[in-house]
Amino acid sequence: MSGRGERSGEHDGLVTPPTKEGFDDHEDLPVAARVRRLEERVVAAGLTTDDELDAILDGLLRNASPVNGARMVARAWTDPGYRETLLSDANAAAAELGFGTSGYRLRAVENTPAVHNVVVCTLCSCYPVSLLGPSPGWYRSFAYRSRVVREPRAVLEEFGLTLPDDVEIAVWDASAETRYLVVPRRPEGDLPEEELAARVTRRGLIGTAAV
Amino acid sequence: MHDVGGQSGFGPVPVGDEDVEPFHADWEARVFALSRALRHNGVFNGDEMRDAIERIPPHEYLAASYYERWLLAIETILEEKGLA
Repeated sequence: MSGRGERSGEHDGLVTPPTKEGFDDHEDLPVAARVRRLEERVVAAGLTTDDELDAILDGLLRNASPVNGARMVARAWTDPGYRETLLSDANAAAAELGFGTSGYRLRAVENTPAVHNVVVCTLCSCYPVSLLGPSPGWYRSFAYRSRVVREPRAVLEEFGLTLPDDVEIAVWDASAETRYLVVPRRPEGDLPEEELAARVTRRGLIGTAAV
Repeated sequence: MHDVGGQSGFGPVPVGDEDVEPFHADWEARVFALSRALRHNGVFNGDEMRDAIERIPPHEYLAASYYERWLLAIETILEEKGLA
């Protein structure tokens, strides 16, 4: 398959509505019916099965959650060795707690008193689903994707996160190859690991909240 | 259309769209599962998926919802490969 940069003539018009028999009216169908027809066709073609599709959704809803990312962060806050692993090889750190991150490089970026990190995918919505759960609507929105790279401080204000002027904001643009997990600053107080994990939110792991 | 980074005119971030439920409708979940399954089974890879999304004409891209773009991309790839 050609790379993203290529735009040869053969690509022209490829997404106009297909005209193959039985496939020409999909634009007019309500979207749910269109999906059902697509599912029927790919199952009939032997490309997947209903059982496989159900298992994927079960696994997603059961296993993919921001609780997983929060556990990694809380462990890093309480275990210096784990923190070192997380910051140097985040895929290994995820695996150590039993979380899968296959097919991409995971990089953990740690907030400090001087630098706050925030993650976006300007191209689409690349994101470590297994550690954060399905992405929130705002992460996929054109407004977030377009603006956080240009005016991160203003966007974070819209989330209710006001950073001091002397805190630098680092914006990480995720891709299919590299995805990011923000390690927020540890809350004050001598809390046990489980309570620390409970403080960490999905927004904190993306960088649109302090924790 | 793909890289919207730095573009203006999309208004404020919909910070309230927090998705307590991961999908707004059942069909969105089915599209997600189809994408995962077809990638896992080698029908297409992630780059092909994104390429198909990026080739959606801008007026359709902007009018479609997130999972509608996925649906259109999957339909396009399968049509181009003559698979289903």
